[in-house]
Amino acid sequence: MRDRSFTPNRILIYLVVLLVAAAWLAPLAVVVLNSLRSNEEIAQGSMIGWPQHWAWSNYLAAWSGFCVAETCAGIRPYMLNSALVTIPATIFSTLLGAIAGYAVSLWRFRGDTWIYGIVTLGLFLPQQMRLLPWTIVLRDIGLINTLAGLVLIHTIQGLSFTTLFCRNYYVAIPHELIRAARIDGAGFFRIFWRIILPLSPPILVVTVIWQFTHIWNEFLYGVTFTSGQQQPVTAALIALSAAVADIPQHGVQSAAVIIAALPTLLIYLLGGKYFVRGLTAGAVK
Amino acid sequence: MSNAVSIRPDRPALPEWMRRLPEYLMIWVPLLLSAAHLVSFSLWTVWISFTPSTLVPVTGWVGLRNYSSVLASRNWQIAFDNLLLFGSAFVLLSAATGLALAILLDQRVRGENVLRSVFLYPLAVSFVVTGTVWSWLLNPGLGIQKLVHDLGWTSFKFDWLIDRDMAIWTIVIAAIWQSSGFAMALFLAGLRSVDADIIKAAQIDGAGPVRIYRRIILPSLWPITITVVVIQLQFAISTFDLVRALTNGGPGIATQLPALVVYDLMFQRSLLGRGAAAAVLMLLILLAVLLPYAAWRYVQRRRAAHA
Repeated sequence: MRDRSFTPNRILIYLVVLLVAAAWLAPLAVVVLNSLRSNEEIAQGSMIGWPQHWAWSNYLAAWSGFCVAETCAGIRPYMLNSALVTIPATIFSTLLGAIAGYAVSLWRFRGDTWIYGIVTLGLFLPQQMRLLPWTIVLRDIGLINTLAGLVLIHTIQGLSFTTLFCRNYYVAIPHELIRAARIDGAGFFRIFWRIILPLSPPILVVTVIWQFTHIWNEFLYGVTFTSGQQQPVTAALIALSAAVADIPQHGVQSAAVIIAALPTLLIYLLGGKYFVRGLTAGAVK
Repeated sequence: MSNAVSIRPDRPALPEWMRRLPEYLMIWVPLLLSAAHLVSFSLWTVWISFTPSTLVPVTGWVGLRNYSSVLASRNWQIAFDNLLLFGSAFVLLSAATGLALAILLDQRVRGENVLRSVFLYPLAVSFVVTGTVWSWLLNPGLGIQKLVHDLGWTSFKFDWLIDRDMAIWTIVIAAIWQSSGFAMALFLAGLRSVDADIIKAAQIDGAGPVRIYRRIILPSLWPITITVVVIQLQFAISTFDLVRALTNGGPGIATQLPALVVYDLMFQRSLLGRGAAAAVLMLLILLAVLLPYAAWRYVQRRRAAHA
């Protein structure tokens, strides 16, 4: 298995791996190429092809000119909505998760295992079980069809993940460290700021990447609790594909798809290592 | 130096609980909100599923009537059959693909990091994007079939997307593309954690790579395999975005899945009681997967503790 020379076996291995990799990249390549082809060009051929003229204007149209429903502002407002939901919800859920994870792993209090157990149930409970109650709660507190409502939902629901991530990381911190600080008179917050947070960057990066990707890509809550101009970009993309069903505009739509996927793809490229760590941390509970 | 009992005369004598109030608030409020909403929301949905609620939640009791009407509806029956087919095909194929990719990458392939990133990147993209892109590729008038026709092979046929019997397989394809990288990542971690000494000993005994994989490495992957299967099944049961973007349940209702039925009942047909019943049924399907898994994990942990 240590062999690095090119025997027939190894050539076969490389061939298979490269073929699969090509198949995995093909959908991305197709969308990128289509985002640079004009609608007519796509209509005459297929979705798969090399651009004859580079139609950069697709990106401009997708960003700020495209019509979804009756407004023609492209996907810019929806990207802004997604950012306004994702950024605060990621920050809040990560910070609260860090505090909660610290409390259940190191500070300990009565009933902490119970509470923690219930919170982690949120990892499994299907979203559908919470759709109706959230509708009622958002309506009663006046946050239905607002971005603030989505921030609230993602913050509270995100706690299941963030508390789990942080707790699993913090249990490895030696308890003596906390005990010594407590004997010296340090309280809950002082220990958190002075000891826990400085040790936290590795897990906070994982948690932030995970939450950001999750919330940015979320669709069900976005489409259920918001409408029209308040929708996040995932919901707008679906509305957009319904709108172009009559007049195909695949070039512009491809550009919109790329723009919508760009933030999470960039995060994946920059922090892929941490992304994988989050995946496995979520899987191996 | 008696640090612990030092008296601080400059401090106003606040009662202990008041001094510690911010701490209690920061510990309890988020945790309690999170725990309480999970419990109360679930119970509330279960309760609604037993009421005659339609447009708005109402009190009352109809027993299992919502459940029987959901279970009797064609929509649910098709959704459930689809879930069985999609769930098993997707889980088996994506685990197999993930394992195959992990074994290939484990052969000390050059550029492993780049390849791993390629197989994993679909996970970073939303299901809405994945579904949209695959709906183009699989669309007979736009995608692969059209391309092959344009190249001259006009009798080529690949129209699963609009074929009632095959459409569910398009969802399997897109789901495998999206998430077999996840299986690969877990399997790869498992392959790398196999004790190198045992492998070396087997090599000295003259065992070839195939034999080593079959007898030593693969058997040690069982725990990871079960974890992969359970997580993928959990994903399959709640699949919504992918179908919504890829086929929207169509053609007709051929690719209906439970999550779409719930959404349809709750928000398109305003039958809250039935929608809640369908959501509870989804939870029961999920529990049928998770409870055996939890029991298995418990036994495993007990065994590890005794070992």
